[in-house]
Formats: sequence, C-alpha cells, structure tokens
Amino acid sequence: MSLYVTELRRLAKRRLTRVMLVLLVLGLTGVATALAFSSQKRSPAVIAQAQVEADAQYRQATKDWEKMIAECDAAQARGEQTEDRYGPNCGRDWQPQPEMFDPEWSLPYQFDFRGEFSRLVAVFAGAVALFGFVVGASFVGAEWSTGGMMNLLLWRPKRLAVLGSKLAALLSLLAGVTVLLGALWTAAFWLIGSTRGTTAKVTAGVWQSVGLSGLRALAMILVAGAVAFALASLGRHTSMALGVAVGVAVVSEIGIRIGTGIAGVRFADRYVLSTYAMAWFEKQWKLIDHDSCQFVQGACEPKELIVTWQQSGLLFGLAAALVLTAAFWIMRRRDVA
Amino acid sequence: MSAVLEIEDLRKTYKSRRRGDRHALDGFDMLVEAGQVHGFLGPNGSGKTTTLRTLLGLIRPDGGRMAVLGQEVPAGLSTVTGQVGAIVESPQFFPHFTARDTLSLLAGAGEVPATRVDEVLELVGLRDRAGERVKTYSLGMKQRLAVASALLKNPKLLILDEPANGLDPGGIREMRTLMRDLAESGMTVVLSSHILGEIQLICDSVTIISLGRRVAFGPVDQVLAAHSHGAVRVRLDTAEDLAAAAEVLGRNGVPVARHPDHLMLSGVEKPASVSLLLAEHHLYVSELAPVSVDLESVFLELTNTAPVPGQHRQVDESVQIGGAEKSGRAGGGWGA
Ligand SMILES: Nc1ncnc2c1ncn2[C@@H]1O[C@H](COP(=O)(O)OP(=O)(O)OP(=O)(O)O)[C@@H](O)[C@H]1O
Ligand SMILES: [Mg+2]
Repeated sequence: MSLYVTELRRLAKRRLTRVMLVLLVLGLTGVATALAFSSQKRSPAVIAQAQVEADAQYRQATKDWEKMIAECDAAQARGEQTEDRYGPNCGRDWQPQPEMFDPEWSLPYQFDFRGEFSRLVAVFAGAVALFGFVVGASFVGAEWSTGGMMNLLLWRPKRLAVLGSKLAALLSLLAGVTVLLGALWTAAFWLIGSTRGTTAKVTAGVWQSVGLSGLRALAMILVAGAVAFALASLGRHTSMALGVAVGVAVVSEIGIRIGTGIAGVRFADRYVLSTYAMAWFEKQWKLIDHDSCQFVQGACEPKELIVTWQQSGLLFGLAAALVLTAAFWIMRRRDVA
Repeated sequence: MSAVLEIEDLRKTYKSRRRGDRHALDGFDMLVEAGQVHGFLGPNGSGKTTTLRTLLGLIRPDGGRMAVLGQEVPAGLSTVTGQVGAIVESPQFFPHFTARDTLSLLAGAGEVPATRVDEVLELVGLRDRAGERVKTYSLGMKQRLAVASALLKNPKLLILDEPANGLDPGGIREMRTLMRDLAESGMTVVLSSHILGEIQLICDSVTIISLGRRVAFGPVDQVLAAHSHGAVRVRLDTAEDLAAAAEVLGRNGVPVARHPDHLMLSGVEKPASVSLLLAEHHLYVSELAPVSVDLESVFLELTNTAPVPGQHRQVDESVQIGGAEKSGRAGGGWGA
C-alpha cells in the first residue's frame, strides 16, 4: 500500500505529468471554445432571418432565370443556335421552385448535443489516450533511464510489486483524469448545447449511450497508458514506447495500405489499426469492397465487411495483455545494472 | 562474532554473443563480521560493483551462495532489506526532483518515518540545499545525497560503493568520522573504495578482489604484516662495507638489494639474526629497520597493478587467482 501511495505521489510530482495535463486541458478547452463560438442557437429571429435569405435567393434565381429566357429568345430571333447554351426550349422547364430554397440551408451551424456528442467523446478519448500514452511511457521510462528504478529496487526488492504499484498508480491517475475531465467535457457541451445550440430529444436512452461511449473511452485510455508503460518498461526507456507507436502507425496505416493495395487484397482496411479504433467508438465499422461489383452486369450491391467493437476490444485487449505480460515477465528475470 | 555478510563461490557471467562470455565473478568469497568497517578493494573492473549488485538482488548470480544478516539471499532478501542500506556505484536520482522529495519518496516506499529525512539530510550536510533540484547538484552533493539515502533506514548493514567519489577533503574526513561513529553504534559497514589511505585509516578488515576472485582478506594489520615480506633496511657504519655485507647475506640465503648507502633485505623473519650474522663477519650495523608497508603497496603487489614505466596497463590486466602462472605467489600464506 505504501508503495502505491508513494508511486501516486511520484507521478503527481513529475513535471511532465503536470505539463501534459495543462496541455490536455488547454487543448480540450480550445475545442470546446471553438465549437461554442461557431454554434448559434436557432431562435425565432435567426429562423426568420434564414427565411428572408431563402426568399431573397429564390427571387434572385427567378430573376436570373427570366433574364436567361429573354436572352435566349433574343438570340433565337437573331437566328442563332441556342440549344447548347440554354438547353431545349430556352430552359423554360427549369423554373426555380420555392422548395428548392430551403431556409434550413441558410441557417447558421447549431450544435446538436444528441447528434454530435458521441463524436466529441471520441475526440476526448483520443486526446486523453495520447496524454496517457506519453505520461505512461515516461513515468516508467525515465525512471529506468535515470537509474531511479534501480534505486527503488534497492529499497523494495520485490520487483513485481514495484512495477505493479507503478502501473496501478498510473492507471488510477488516468482513470481519475478521465472521469474528472470527462464530467467537465460533458457539462461543457451540455452548456454549449443549452445556451448556443440544442439539447432537444436527449432522452434517457441517449444518456445511456453516452455513458457507454464514456466507458469505452475510459477503456481505450487505460489500454493506451498500460501499453505505453509496458513498452517503456521493456525497453527501459521512454523512447522505446514512442518509437514502437510511431513504427506501428507507419507500418499499419501506410505500409499495410500500400502493400495490400499492390497485392489487391480484399477489404485491406481490415488489417489497419485505425479501422479497429473507429469500430471501437462507432460500435461497428463498415468496410465496402467496391471492386466486388461488375457494373456491366447491371446493378449490384458491393460486398461489405463489418468490424464490430467486440472484435476491436478483443484485438486491443489481447495486444495489451501480451505486452503487459512480457513486461512483467522480463521484469522478474532481468539484470538491473 | 557473527557473520553479517557471507559470500561463497559466487559466480556471475555476462554473456555476449559477439564478445563471448565474461566471468565478472569467478568463485568469489567474502566474509564480513558484525560491527566491522570492512574495506572492499580491487582494481577497476575486478567485480566489486557486480558483487554488491548481486548481493542486493539487482542481478542474478550464476552460482554460489550468499547470506545477509543470517538470511540466504536472494531468496530472503525482502525480509532483510529493511536493515540494509546501500548505494551502488554513484546512484542516479531522478534529476527534476529535489533532494527532500527524492528521500521522502524513498522513505514512503520503504515505510520509514518521514522525520528521518531531515535527520539524514542534516547528517550529510545537505540541510540548506535540500529544496533544490538534484539536477543542479555538484558531484559531491549528489554523492552526499546517495549516502543520505543509504542511511535513511538506519540500517544494520551499510553497503557503500565508492562513497567518497567526488567528495572534497573535508567531506572525506567527515565521511571517515561518520563511518567510525556508525560502526561504534553497532552498524556494520562495507566500503568499496580506491582511496586506500582512507581504507587503511577506517577499516578493521579488508577483502581484495582481482578478476572476480578474492586475492586477500583479513584484518588490515594482518594483511599488512603478511605482505611486508620481512623487509628490512640495513645501514652499516661504513658504506664501503656494504658490498661485503651483501655478499655475506647472499651466501646465507637472504635476498638482498643494494642501494648506494643501504641494503634492502626481504624475507627476514628475525631482524636481530641479521645483525648477529653480520657481526660474526665484523660488519657492524648502524641501522636495522623493519620497513612497514602501506595498504597501497600491498594492494598493488597483490593485484599486480603497480604501474610499470613505459607501459600502459589495461584493465583486466591484474592478478588471476587460480590462473596459470601467479597462483602460487598470491595464494600463499593467507589463513583466515
Ligand atoms: N552489464 C554488463 N554487461 C557486461 N559486462 C559487465 C556488465 N557489468 C559489468 N560488466 C563487467 O564485469 C566486470 C566487473 O565489473 P564491475 O562493475 O563489478 O567492476 P568494479 O570492480 O566495480 O570496477 P570499478 O572499480 O571500475 O568500479 C567488468 O569486466 C565489466 O566490464
Ligand atoms: Mg564499481
């Protein structure tokens, strides 16, 4: 217990943790502020203004149309060929209709809590996961590379307990940060929704789905932190985790895409990591094989492959379990010198 | 007296695919008794730090037996770590924390009362600088912090790997008195150092290691006595008689080295027999002085690391016990 408390204290005392936390909060605040400023509530005045704009556009279009017919008629009177420029019958059939100018299109953007918040949960999760990755990697990586770990092991020779309490401290911090900032994030967008947007139709069911998204976000963040921690501990350096992350990203997002593209693999995106990240947040992610259709033979539904969030969970869970097991296994046996 | 630290036949091999295996410890033995200040000496790369790391569970041995405070290690290590304070080769601390934070985190991890932090800071003279980041410390200040961290637990056994590294003269002297005081209060101290004058002053006993094996051990005065080789300096009334005296002694089997105004004899058991022998030949001794050796020369001799003019000795060029050629000499006459 004392070890765990000590590691929490150490983590909180670290400058990197504090700096990254400040950056995280600034970044999230930035996103929320930008969204708040771009959103505008659909008050009756705003709707009336949009109606006025739509009417004006309709009138302008009608005027242009009449002018075009007049020009066309004049050209025909001069005996010119008009079919190409004005279409058949001088384009009389294309009279603008009022319903073509929906005032909806003239409305400014309005933030809709119900429709957009789940995307924002994913944005939040991405930002906090990045925070977790960097803090997790450097927490144990810097400790290894500065010799702090060796010092600690002189004090507490139970290696698994030492590494375990460090990991526990990291995950507690991440969970705490996620819950706290997540609550603020939700409150902020609820506030934006109710003052500058809409919170209409947010039913209990919507809240439930927000809650589930939140839980998936938390899981994602903890996995990111734990994987970074394990990698940095394996390589005894922060840069090990960062290097692997960059390597995996390059290989997965670029290498596999190019390779499978050349080989003509079906549903190549199924081998790309970001597909699974998307599926994790969107509950499922549809891959479409556009090459499966021979349009010469008429209409055809292209083949689809659906990646579910359960599959993503399995993949990420297994990967995390694997590196964590390796990290603890190596920790038990390695020479610390 | 009971043994606080026992090492028998310890082996550690660093394996490297490219450079082959390196036997850092090759059947090393060591024994430290309670209440002693024990010097642990050896040339660079002889295995001192490896021994201490193995003892403290940082690296795993490939063979041998170790016990600390009566507990077999590494198996029983966690039961004794509360009583063992150690620094291993100028430990590094997380550079962005202050000394006080560093110690207080260690105290937390080791379940030591927080009040002890200020006590040890005072003890090593860092009280007024304890709030500054370790990154800004000088070498000696970092070393003081390291010693403070080892003292934090108020241990029964204190293991210090080159604690004087980087200390100023005042600091070295303080360290000396600190060691003495600690030993008087009943603490056992194991001290590795290259400052042999220091070791000779503060240590009760020593272990000397070369290439992973013990070449000598025992109380300091015994080690010195056993390696003075009965060296005796002889002067005669008249310098002209030196040649004659050398001849007489040589005929009687005493190794003699001639110097312009004196002779150096070695292997002399009883100096008085020399004057008797010479007097029988009417050579009269004006000075007959057993030459005392210091730890440094014994060390250089035992490890065969004395500098030779015109040569650059490489590390690992020291005595190998049990090796082909030098075993006889270094192994001889070393009872416990
Ligand atoms: N991690 C390692 N990998 C390979 N060889 C090592 C390692 N650590 C130490 N050695 C080798 O083991 C031998 C003993 O090293 P050790 O550090 O114990 O020497 P030492 O007696 O402490 O020397 P010094 O007086 O220079 O501190 C050396 O030859 C060294 O090169
Ligand atoms: Mg060393």
